[in-house]
Amino acid sequence: MDFSGFLMMPSELGLLAIFVFLLAFDILAAETRAMRWFRPVAIALMTVQMVWGFFPAPEGTAFGEMYVSSPLTSMMKSILNIGTLVVMLQAGEWLRRPENSIREGEFYVITLATLLGMYIMVSAGNFMMLYLGIEIASLPVACLAAYNKYKEHSAEAGAKYILMTALSSGIMMFGLSYLYGAMGTMYFSDMNAAVAAEPMTVLGFVFFFSGLGFKISLVPFHSWAPDVYQGAPTATTAYLSVVSKAAAVFALVLVLHHVFGALAVLWHWMLWGLSVLTIVVGNLFAIRQRDIKRFFAYSSISQAGYILLGVLHGSSAGLTATLYFVFVYLFSNLAAFGVIAAVENQSGRTDIASYKGLYKSNPRLALVMMLAVFSLAGIPPLGGFFSKFFIFAAAAQGGDYLFVLIALINTVVSLYYYLRIIRAMFIDAPGADAVSSFRTDPYNSVSLVLCTTGILVVGVVSWFYNFIAQATF
Amino acid sequence: MLTVLVLIPLLTMLALFISRDQRFVRTVVVAGFGALLVASVVVAVKFLVARALSTDAMLLAQDFVWYAPLNIHYAVGVDGISVLMILLSAVVALTGVFSAWSMERDFFVWYCLLAVGVFGYFISLDLFTMFLFYEVALIPMFLLIGVWGTGKKEYAAMKLTLMLMGGSALLLTGILGIYFTSGATSMNITHLVGTIPMAHQYWIFPLVFVGFGVLGALFPFHTWSPDGHAAAPTSVSMLHAGVLMKLGGYGCFRVAISLMPAAAHELSWIFLILTGISVVYGAYGAVVQTDLKYINAYSSVSHCGLVLFAILMLNTTAMTGAVMQMLSHGLMTALFFSLIGVFYSRTHTRDIRQMGGLMRVMPFASVCYVIAGFASLGLPGLSGFVAEMTIFVGSWEHTDLLRRILTIVATTSIVVTAVYILRTVGKILYGPVLDPGHLELSDARWYERVSAVVLIACIVLIGVWPSGVGHIISESLKNLNIF
Repeated sequence: MDFSGFLMMPSELGLLAIFVFLLAFDILAAETRAMRWFRPVAIALMTVQMVWGFFPAPEGTAFGEMYVSSPLTSMMKSILNIGTLVVMLQAGEWLRRPENSIREGEFYVITLATLLGMYIMVSAGNFMMLYLGIEIASLPVACLAAYNKYKEHSAEAGAKYILMTALSSGIMMFGLSYLYGAMGTMYFSDMNAAVAAEPMTVLGFVFFFSGLGFKISLVPFHSWAPDVYQGAPTATTAYLSVVSKAAAVFALVLVLHHVFGALAVLWHWMLWGLSVLTIVVGNLFAIRQRDIKRFFAYSSISQAGYILLGVLHGSSAGLTATLYFVFVYLFSNLAAFGVIAAVENQSGRTDIASYKGLYKSNPRLALVMMLAVFSLAGIPPLGGFFSKFFIFAAAAQGGDYLFVLIALINTVVSLYYYLRIIRAMFIDAPGADAVSSFRTDPYNSVSLVLCTTGILVVGVVSWFYNFIAQATF
Repeated sequence: MLTVLVLIPLLTMLALFISRDQRFVRTVVVAGFGALLVASVVVAVKFLVARALSTDAMLLAQDFVWYAPLNIHYAVGVDGISVLMILLSAVVALTGVFSAWSMERDFFVWYCLLAVGVFGYFISLDLFTMFLFYEVALIPMFLLIGVWGTGKKEYAAMKLTLMLMGGSALLLTGILGIYFTSGATSMNITHLVGTIPMAHQYWIFPLVFVGFGVLGALFPFHTWSPDGHAAAPTSVSMLHAGVLMKLGGYGCFRVAISLMPAAAHELSWIFLILTGISVVYGAYGAVVQTDLKYINAYSSVSHCGLVLFAILMLNTTAMTGAVMQMLSHGLMTALFFSLIGVFYSRTHTRDIRQMGGLMRVMPFASVCYVIAGFASLGLPGLSGFVAEMTIFVGSWEHTDLLRRILTIVATTSIVVTAVYILRTVGKILYGPVLDPGHLELSDARWYERVSAVVLIACIVLIGVWPSGVGHIISESLKNLNIF
């Protein structure tokens, strides 16, 4: 047997090594004093993995085109790495609580397992490989969602997630069977040559897309998201709303570009409609929310709509804009979730009312939250402004001015509900049971500093955009 | 060189994070905005020197590539109009600091950010940078009004922010339209002139004009203005009515008119009618108000409407008048708001029915208020007269019926202005002192006096020496070569 194919996948092997090491650590050191070192070690290893990911990886295919590696996939993996690292930093405080400490290691191990699945999704060159990656990436997330299994909401979230995942995988598989039936192959490169606008192919594509739509939580496949986001532990919610979503978007982008490029005329309008629907519905539902995690569930649904906007025209500028958007979204959303995690750990509350007067009691957290929310709303000079601008520019380049206008008017709607958070933190007087002043966990502080720097720097310094553009061209 | 104007408020803002101490904050802010005024004057002098040597449209220009794949540059440069706007902003921002003497640190942080946006906007040549700074200037308003405002402040802050952002949604669509339909390889305004195909101008022009027009109080998108100005704290009202509303007029001219003159000629009648309504409706609105700030806010709608009205006349005379009106209105409305702040901080009411005879109690502030009133109703020798005179002369140059009628209608606003100004002045400054408690009140303090004196000096300067300002403006218009 030829093992040289493994040389093509250093990042997967590295991640696998970390995964195995941490698993062994967790089993061997369970309930000993050595567990104190688990968190620093896990984070240090993940940092190494992330930094390593930025070095040029070998390019080409392996295992008979099952696995593809290119600068683009390395870039996508690096973005996922950063997100995972930040989530790990934020999760620590919550994992250290007495009721969780016995299961602390599990969280990191499971998270890394899903990350490995996402690597495979991104690097797949064959639909079976992609499907495998999606399954590895999503099934363990159900464990994470149900982590607090004795809390009703958490168990509910886990159950909902696993059912929805199973359903969407089934739908996707069904679509793939049609595609295979129509073209007789599962390889991206062969399908790209064979794809044609035949009813069976189109039907297969629609089913496949619906399956992926669940993962990205596009409307009308979004209904699971708010409940799961609200019920799952905050670290899991952050992971779901950023890393998991990003991986699904990357897979979608790659499939659309590498396989269904010839059908662009057809999927353009499908995406157009779904994107408008996703933005509008996400926005309208976000307005009424009182729970901040649920609020961010709807907000991230509408953000997914904006992401689709960049995919719409299949141009390379659009691809760069999409990746860049995800990159900025990662920092913005994770900054928000870092604050939510900090407040929740302190007070056990996740309703928006508990943020009243936060600026008085915890000015730094309030400022981070403000930057995050303004970045999500697309306010300059924060990263979100630039990423939205590039997405809109990509759409406008394709001549879709009407869509740009609709999307922009929706950003005003989104600004309304984002400003509600700002208003609660800065303007409203704190209630009787307001969150008191507290010190944030040092690891979480690091993550917040990282995210804040990302929000402030990624837009103003054009190097990041150019770096991503190099990989996508 | 021009970037200094953005860096100064930015550094001031960062310096404020050092300490919350009131003394320290005041020192830093006064030093920062003082330096900003000095820098603005230096820029103006440099500009005049450069003007004598060159006939380029934009001077002191600098250009750095920012996002190469999308041809986004950080490009700055000024012409006579932007130099005057910069001077106006510097004066109003500094006097605003004096009017906000007792404010805390956080207030000035946002105030500085607002200034960053305003100055960045006036020096920008690149549409992207311009839009960026435009939004930077809008967003601090939410907190400035929401936290430090009075009355229905949350409502007003939300309404103002959302309406202005709604405008900027139209604007951004327009900007993307300009860039992609022109086929140009630059977002620089000077490179985009004459490149936009006529067919596209028809839809881009309204988007851009309305987008900026929202901030310029274009009817029917002016409704944020009365609520916003009434709820905002004194110095924010000053800066917002005095400078921020000028961002709208300036943008309409700089982007909508000068990049799409053909569409402007075709479509100006629609917007002339709307701005005509702004002018008259604003004036009548002011007549029936009883809150001092509402009176002034409606008066701003009327005066800023006149700016847009003049811009749409599309000739050099009216345009010169428009810029003068921007300066004049900026100074006098800032003066009004700062004096209203003086009255309000002492009487704790802004209802004109509860005030009276303040001339005896607060002679200094009252005299200043009378001067501001005279400037507003266009007394010769003060800035308002020159500006409105020039505008109406320019409008009358058109011989078609619609513009003649609209000019006559707009002129009537002068009479209405006189009505509400004189009524207010008579009501609150003269007559018997209604509230015996008011007899104990003190006159303006030194910092409030500084603010008023500086503004009055500028109003008088423009009033007695209009040719100096007018010359700078008309020369810039000549070099732009659009009329």
